[in-house]
Amino acid sequence: MTQMTEFRSPQGEPPVEPQLAGSPVRAGDRIFRTLTAGSSVFLLVIIAGIAVFLFSRTVPALQADSVNFFTERTWFPDSAPSVFGIAALAWGTLLSSLLALLLALPVGIGVALFIAHYAPRRLATGLGYLIDLLAAVPSVVFGLWGRDFLVPNMVGISSFLAENFGWIPFFATPNSETYTQTMFNAGVVLAVMILPIISAVCREVFLQVPQGHIEAAMALGATRWETMRMAVLPFGRSGMISSAMLGLGRALGETVAVALILSTSYGISLHILEPGGNTFAANIALQYSFAQDTGIDALIASGMVLFVITLLVNMAARWIIARRAAFSGAN
Amino acid sequence: MAKRIDARDLNIYYGSFLAVESVCLSIEPRSVTALIGPSGCGKSTFLRSLNRMHEVVPGAHVDGSVELDGQDIYADNVDPVTVRRTIGMVFQRPNPFPTMSIFDNVVAGLKLQGHRSKSELNEIAEGALRAANLWNEVKDRLDKPGSSLSGGQQQRLCIARAIAIRPDVLLMDEPCSALDPISTMAIEELIEELKRDYTIVIVTHNMQQAARVSDRTAFFNLVATGKPGQLVEVDRTAKIFSNPSVRATEDYVSGRFG
Repeated sequence: MTQMTEFRSPQGEPPVEPQLAGSPVRAGDRIFRTLTAGSSVFLLVIIAGIAVFLFSRTVPALQADSVNFFTERTWFPDSAPSVFGIAALAWGTLLSSLLALLLALPVGIGVALFIAHYAPRRLATGLGYLIDLLAAVPSVVFGLWGRDFLVPNMVGISSFLAENFGWIPFFATPNSETYTQTMFNAGVVLAVMILPIISAVCREVFLQVPQGHIEAAMALGATRWETMRMAVLPFGRSGMISSAMLGLGRALGETVAVALILSTSYGISLHILEPGGNTFAANIALQYSFAQDTGIDALIASGMVLFVITLLVNMAARWIIARRAAFSGAN
Repeated sequence: MAKRIDARDLNIYYGSFLAVESVCLSIEPRSVTALIGPSGCGKSTFLRSLNRMHEVVPGAHVDGSVELDGQDIYADNVDPVTVRRTIGMVFQRPNPFPTMSIFDNVVAGLKLQGHRSKSELNEIAEGALRAANLWNEVKDRLDKPGSSLSGGQQQRLCIARAIAIRPDVLLMDEPCSALDPISTMAIEELIEELKRDYTIVIVTHNMQQAARVSDRTAFFNLVATGKPGQLVEVDRTAKIFSNPSVRATEDYVSGRFG
C-alpha cells in the first residue's frame, strides 16, 4: 500500500501526462519495410518482364506457324511454309523429368532418412558434405560423365530390362537395340543431378522433427522403421513434396546434360530404351545457333510453354501441400 | 495387467558417465509411486530406464536389473520395443502426432500391433478416451488434428494413446508441468482413477502433487553436480511428508533446499 501512494502526483500539481504521443513509425522500420517491399516488387517486375518478353515473341511465332503448334511434332520453323510444334518436346521433357523424379525421389528420401536418423553422427556429417558437394557439380560435367561413362556402362541394365520386361511397352525395343542415347539414359543422369537437392531438402526437414514426436512413437512400441513411418515421414511430407518440385524443376529445365546424351529426334515414343527424343531446353540449345528470325521466335515460344509447365507444376505442389495444412505439424 | 517393478542395484550410464547409482526400488502394482528430488538428481533418467526409453541417447546403458513381475527387461533376449509396449509413457510436454487426427492418435499404438478392424479400433478408442476423461470433449471431432486441442486436452489425449494399448505400467514424466492448474487437477483426478487398473510411476517437481496423488514417494538426491544421483529413501507418502527417516528428505520436502 505504501508503494501505491508513491505513484500519485503530489497534491496541487496537475497529473503528469505520460509521453506516449510521437511518430508511430521509426526510421529503422521504414527503411526495412521499403527494402523488403522493394525487393518483392523487383522480383515481380522481373517475372512479369520475362512473361511479357516470352509472350511478345510467341505471338508472331504462332502466326507464322502453318500447322497446329500444340500437336505438331517436327521442328522446321525456317522452312517455307513454317512447320513446327511442341508435341514431341513436351513429351520428351515430361518423360525424362518424371523418370528422373521417379528414380531420384525414393533414393533421395532414403539418403536423407539415413543421414538424419540412422547414421552415426560423424558419418552423417561426412555424407551431408558429400551430398552438398554433389549439388555444386556443374550440369555440363554431369552431361559429359553421363555420356562417356554412365551410358556405356548402362547398356547391361538396359538390355536386361528389355529382355525381361520387354512386354511392358516402356521397356520394349522393337526398332533398335543399341541401348545408348536413350530417354532412359537421360532420365538416369537427370536423376543423379537432382538427387542432391532432394536429399538435402529432405534431410533438413527430417532433422526438424521434434524429439517429442519420435519419443512418442517409440514409447508406443514402434520399431525404428515404424517410428520413421509414424512420426518422421508424415511430419516431413510438405518438405518431401517441395524437394520433389525443386528437383523436377531442375530436371525440366536441364539443358546441356540432356543435349549431350540424347540422340535428338522429334518422335513421340513410349520406348525409353530406344535412342531418340528431345526436350524443350535441349532443343533450344541445339537449334539456337542455326535459327533465323522465325526459328528464334519459335524457340522462344517453346520456352514459353516450358515456363507455363513449370508454373503449373509449382501450383500443383502448393495445392497438394495446402490441402492438409491443418495436419502439417506446423501448428 | 498392473505388474510390479523391482529395480535391483540399478546403475545408469550415459557413455562412461554414471548418472544414477545403485537404485533398489520396488513398485507395487495398482499404486501410484512418485519420484521427487531436485533437478539433475536422476529421477527422470531412472523413470526412462524403466521402459528403456533412455536408450534413445547413444551410449546409454545400465547394469543391475529391472524386473517386471520377475522378468528382467534388460535380459539379452528382451527387445526394447516389446518392453515399451508393456510399459507405456506420458511425457512432460504433450506430444500428440500433429499429422494425425484425434482418433488416429489414440489408435496409433494399436495399429502398430496389427489391429485393423474398424469396429474394434472404434471401441478401444472410445474406451481409452473415456478412461482419459476426454471422450465428451472430443467425440464430435475425432477427425480433427490432435494439435487443435488445448494443452490439457492434448495431455489427456496422450494418456488415452498410452492406455489404448493396455500397458501393464504407466510412466509419467512431469505430466502436468506444462499445464494450467485446472488441467492439472483433471490429470490428477485421472491418475486417481487409473491406478485401479495400472501401476503408475510419476516424476514430479511439485511436492503438493506428489502428496496428493501418490501412495509411495521416492526421494532422489545428488551429493554434488557431476556426481551420480541416488535414491535417498522411499516410503509411504504420508510418512515422507510428515516424518521422513533421512534428514535430507525432510529438508527437501519442507522447502529448506532444492
